[in-house]
Order: sequence, then structure tokens, then C-alpha cells
Amino acid sequence: METLAQIKARIEAAVAGAVVEMVPNDSPSGQHSLWVDNSHAVAVAQFLREDPELRFDFCSNVTGVDWPETERTEKVKTTRLVDGVETSVEEIRKTKRPGFLEVVYHLYSVALKHGPLILRLRTENRSDQVQVPSLTPVWRGCEFQEREVFDLFGVVFTGHPDLRRILMWDEFTDHPMRKDYVEPDDYEYEPTPHDEVLVKARRSGRGEAGT
Amino acid sequence: MSIAAATNGKRHRLVPPPSPADGALGELLEISMGPQHPSTHGVFRMNLVLDGERVVKLKPVFGYLHRNHEKIAESMSYLGSMPYTDRLDYFCSLTNNWAYALAVEKLAGLQVPERAEYIRVITAELTRLQNHACLGGFLLQDMGASGTPLMYAFREREKILDLFEALTGARMMCNYMRFGGCRCDLPPGWREQAQRLVAEFPAFLDEFEALLNENEILMARTQGVGVLPASLAVNASISGPMLRASGVNYDIRKVDRYGIYDRFDFQVPLGEHGDVYDRYMVRILEMRESLKILRAALADLPEGPIMDPKARLRGFRPKPGEAYGRIEAPKGELGFYLISEGGPHPYRYRVRPPSFINLTILEDMCLGQLVADVVIILGSVDIVLGEVDR
Amino acid sequence: MMETALRSELRKQGIFLTTLEELYNWGRKNSVWPLGFGLACCAIEMIAASMARWDLARFGAEVFRPSPRQADLMVVAGTVTKKMAPQVVRLYNQMAEPKYVIAMGACAISGGPFKQGYNVLKGIDRYLPVDVHIPGCPPRPEALLHAFMTLQQKIAAQPLTGPHRPRHLIAAAPSEYPIPEFGAHDLVPPNNPEIWQPPSITPAA
Repeated sequence: METLAQIKARIEAAVAGAVVEMVPNDSPSGQHSLWVDNSHAVAVAQFLREDPELRFDFCSNVTGVDWPETERTEKVKTTRLVDGVETSVEEIRKTKRPGFLEVVYHLYSVALKHGPLILRLRTENRSDQVQVPSLTPVWRGCEFQEREVFDLFGVVFTGHPDLRRILMWDEFTDHPMRKDYVEPDDYEYEPTPHDEVLVKARRSGRGEAGT
Repeated sequence: MSIAAATNGKRHRLVPPPSPADGALGELLEISMGPQHPSTHGVFRMNLVLDGERVVKLKPVFGYLHRNHEKIAESMSYLGSMPYTDRLDYFCSLTNNWAYALAVEKLAGLQVPERAEYIRVITAELTRLQNHACLGGFLLQDMGASGTPLMYAFREREKILDLFEALTGARMMCNYMRFGGCRCDLPPGWREQAQRLVAEFPAFLDEFEALLNENEILMARTQGVGVLPASLAVNASISGPMLRASGVNYDIRKVDRYGIYDRFDFQVPLGEHGDVYDRYMVRILEMRESLKILRAALADLPEGPIMDPKARLRGFRPKPGEAYGRIEAPKGELGFYLISEGGPHPYRYRVRPPSFINLTILEDMCLGQLVADVVIILGSVDIVLGEVDR
Repeated sequence: MMETALRSELRKQGIFLTTLEELYNWGRKNSVWPLGFGLACCAIEMIAASMARWDLARFGAEVFRPSPRQADLMVVAGTVTKKMAPQVVRLYNQMAEPKYVIAMGACAISGGPFKQGYNVLKGIDRYLPVDVHIPGCPPRPEALLHAFMTLQQKIAAQPLTGPHRPRHLIAAAPSEYPIPEFGAHDLVPPNNPEIWQPPSITPAA
């Protein structure tokens, strides 16, 4: 298989206007991925499937990932002129990353027996701009998995032939795999509550024998 | 050995292939099959629309066993999810363990010692044997052969479960593999017992095949039923024996060569027609190939440690990053996708469930078929609801 | 009541004496037909128990009925999810009296390992009366056999008259239970308060 940089260059050459970015992965697995902009995602997917040297005809896995808005504080050492003398000063810099939902596609080639190529699509935010294009027209195998991501994360796949809830019932209104999902409080007594259960037990006034 | 050679090339089809003309009553009947139905293999439901006896529409309904494995895993330590993987595909806990261990080993960069790799291959192939044997039994049960084939299959399964119990302490929920190796070494006499089982298993297969392979009823009910063309199978991400029954040569044991599968000499049985019969036969032939692997692995099993010395059971925190690891489970490609943020819990934990994705084309296979054949087509997909709904 | 020793002495002489109650319960306890209905992992052990090695037929209970109308016993074998719970209650309601429930495995008892799950019902006893609980994850087939024997003892000990007579002989006793409905966040109601109350532990002062 070609390197990810080569694939990226070929995508940019083949699909006019496509914005592709490499997403590095520092873990020993070394599985780096490509982020593709939403408006060209279907064209990129079609190219990856049809290109005779890539032939990614098998979309193995579709995953939703929730990235809520986070604030990261990091200490950065900078040099600054203090009273005319250059001294290194520690600055606390806060970076805010806006929240978004991500859909990850793992592609393999059955014809050429290589892979995986990892594609990522991102939504604008987590509340009202949650659309990404559906890749089901390109790979049929995405159909149920995209429905699952819609059900559990609330990503809306435009162009999906049958976008309904798949695991939870239709009347359900939440998206339980999101990080800020609050589950119904059907906690009952547990002899040794701990962590979150302990918090719930304290809140409900039950549990925690001997306190 | 090919399917044609195993069955002397016999093909039967008593019922003429469906044509849109027959059964055109004009009025459609909607039925809901499941979630409590004796042959939906658990709590699976299908909404069917019938024209006479022919299926014109089929929509599967999932979620009746959705027990939030992925959500729970995000609040568990990495190791804490290992017992939960047992309960995904509860026929094949050891292959589930392996797939998860493989993904974490990729994430954390652990090396599995040689002896542990051998033990993994042995337990995984034993798992494949009992899964395929039971699938044959359940498929025949769905066809109306009440009891006998399933009893035979479960008799063999019990022998394999005895081995699992001696090794891991549990019949079904083995919780055996660890990141970087296996939990415990083989007990004394285990290897000999396994070798005895492998030596005796062909007799069961001979009996099973003599009873069923060329059985008139089996052939009439399965040949030409639920045909899945190869191009659709690949496009719909079908994996495992179902993909190979459609004639696509793709076995992750051969493609990824994970573990030590490149050391063993085995064939990948392929189907030609992609129908229910080929799916049944591919599994029967796969059992013979598994026996070959088992024979070699049990003979060559080296001495040595069973855990990577770098592996840590407590305080395990992989570096930030992500990994996707997959194996050829008995039901197809079982993968785990993990994202680590450097903490003790995975940030995202995803199971790629083969039998869920294999159901994508259930409607395509059933359209135009008789409603009685829907049960058999579903049976040939080999689903386990613990994995479908997770 | 006749003394047991005298009765067994008479039996040796070929005289068989019994009571109607004993005969009735003997017949009932040896033909408990389970509903062929598996939810999750435990169902596989239930199937294994009905196969040759454990031979559930010895207890007259190998006839797994596909229809709740013909079944006497519901083995809740596995995790009951919130999506499945209304169906489980509906199946129970469709069964004819006398009917019994075995909660097989940790999940059916309390949610088991999946107790934290948002879609997992924390025990079927929130909606249905349970006769026998079997712990284990999954319980071995021997444990299921033990549950059958426990149920048989329970049936054999039931008097046919008086306040402790079985439920199916009490005209006013409930035979059906309300079926929960799917709500926006949870089942409505989340439990049946008539048969289940959360255990209240008053914190010690």
C-alpha cells in the first residue's frame, strides 16, 4: 500500500477542491488517518473505492466519537524582555477546542488485500450542525453502522437511505454514547457503592450502610 | 477440498426458483417475527411484508439485547472490559478475548511470547470447531430436524468446553487472555487431552457429514436459497464464512497473518454459489482445516513464558493514540477500535461486530424467497445477539 | 393425615394411598413445560441443560414450547433490556395459570455485570414475580437443574386450600401485570410499585 502522504496527494489531485488533512497517531500502532472535508467526502470515498491502485472496496468499521468542548491549560516557556533583560517566563496558555462529533471509517481492500485506511469526518459542532454526508451509497456496509452512530451519537447522515434509530426505541430522545449523557436514575441499593454509584447513593439518600 | 468434491458435485432444487408471477394475490400481509421466536437465535426481530408466501420486504429490528457494552467500557479500566468481551459472542469467548487483547497490544506496543501465541491459536481454533458444529446443529434445527443434529453438535461442544474449563475455570466465559499473553499456563495433561479430542473429532465430522451433506431435504431446502453475489458481499462489508461462501478468498488469518498463523499450512474453503448450502459446507470444511492447524500447533507447542515481561496488569495506561485490531473470529471479522487519552479508561471503545454487519444484506437475500426460508437464511448468517446488539 | 411410616409400609403391601392434593401436585411438578425463550448467554446454558449430557427430560421439562399459551414456566435466561422488558411482561401475561418464573443468572436477577447500562433493566423482579433465582454468570446447567428441583419442591409443598393455596386457585389474585411503555428517557413506569419497592436503607444517625 502507498504511504498516507502519497494517498493524500493522489486524492487532492483526483478530487478537485478536496481538503484532506493528515491526523497523526502517536501510539505504537502507527495507524494514522485522513480527515476529509464534508462537501467532498463522497467523491473522495468513490475515488478510494475505484482507483485501481487503492481499491478500498471494503468499509470494515464505522465509529462515532464524541469530542465535547475542552479547555486545555499548558505551561509554555517563552522568553520575554523584562526590564531590558531577556528572561524565560512560564506562561499559562489556555486553548479552547470547540466540541464536535467525529465519524471514523476503517477501509480495507479485499481485492488487493491491504489496509487499513482510516477516514475521519467531522461535524461543525455538537448541537445544531451535526450533519456529515453518508457514505452508504459508496459502501453498503455502512448502512446499519451509520444508523447506529445516528442513534447513539446523534450524527445526522445526509443521503442515508433509511436513517432511523436502530438500537434504542423510536420514542427515545437522547443520544446515550455522548459524554454528557445523563442516564435515568434507576439506582438501587448496593452494599459497597463506589465512584459514580456512591454519588448517586448520596443524592438519593439511600445506600452507604453505616454512614 | 472444494465443496463440489466433498459432495460429489450434487445439486438439487425441488422448488422452482421464485418468479414474481406466482402468489400475486395483490394483498400484502405484514407480520412481525420475533423478538420471541423459536428460530431467530435470540431476541432478534424482523418486520416482514409478504405477498402470499413470498417476501417482498424485510426490515430487521435490533436492540433487544443492547446492553451498553461500549458505554460501560468507557468507564472501566482496560482490563476490566476483558470479561465483558466474553459476553459479546457468547459462543466464542476466547476469540473475543483475543481480538480485544490484539487491539490493546497494538495500542500499547506489547509483544506476545511464542508459547502464548501457540495457546491462543489452539484455543481459538477449538472455539471455531465448537461454533461451527453448533451452527450446523442450529441450522438443521431451524429446518425441522428437531434434536438430533443439535444433540450431536452439543455432545462435541461439551468435550471442548471441558477443555476450556480445565484451562480457564469457566465453560463459556473464559476471560483468559491478557494484554501481552495469557492468564495461566496449561494444566498438566491438558495438551494430551486436547490431542485426543483432535484425533477423535474427525469421526464426528464424518458422521455429521454422512448424515447431512447429501441429504435430499437439506439440499432441497438450502441450494439456490438466499444467494449472495460476491460483489454485493464485499460492498456490504460481509466477512467470515459468509463472504467466503460467495467465493471471495478473504481470510484475515491469511491476509493479516496476525499471531503466528503464517506458520501453519491450511486451506481457505470457498463456495461457488453463495447460497445457504455453500455457507453450511464452507463451515464444515473449515472445521477440517482447523483440525490441521490444531494438530500442528499442539505438536509444536514450545516451552517458555506466557506473558510479556513489559505488560502491566495494574495501573495500565497506554499512551494517547488509537488502534484498530481485528481477527478472523468464527463469525467473521471481529475488530476492536480503541482511542486512548492517556488515562486508565479507553476514551472510545468500539466493537466491530461481524454478525451485526453480516445482517446488512439480510433483506437482499430474502426478497422473493418463501417465508419459511427466511428462517434458514437467517440461520446461515450465524448471528449471536450478544454481538449484534452489544 | 396418615403417618408417613404407615403409608410406606402399606405401599410395600401393594396398597397405594395418597391425597388428592399430593396427586395433583405430583402431576403438576413433573410436567413443568418451559417457554422456549432465550435472551442472552444464559440461554445457551439452558439449551445445554436440555441436551444429552444434563438431560432436562428427567424432570419432565424438556418440552420447550414456542408459544406462551402452552408453557408453564418462563426461564428468564439472560439480560433483560429496557427495550425487551415490555415483551417479556407481555409474554408472561399470555401464559396460562399456573405459571412460574425462574430468573436465571445475574442479569435477570439484578442487571448483573451490565447493571450500569442505560438500556439494562436492573432485575426482572421489577415487573414480574419471580419464584426461583439462580446466581451465576452464566449459571452452570447443574444450577438450572437445581432451580428446577427447587421449583418442584415449591409446587409439591403448595396446599390446595386455605390462604396459602397457589395463585391460580385464588380468583382475585392477579394473573397479568401492567406492561411498561417506552418513554422519552426510560420505561414508563420504571418499575411496578405493587410488586417491587427499592430497598430503603435509612442512614444511621
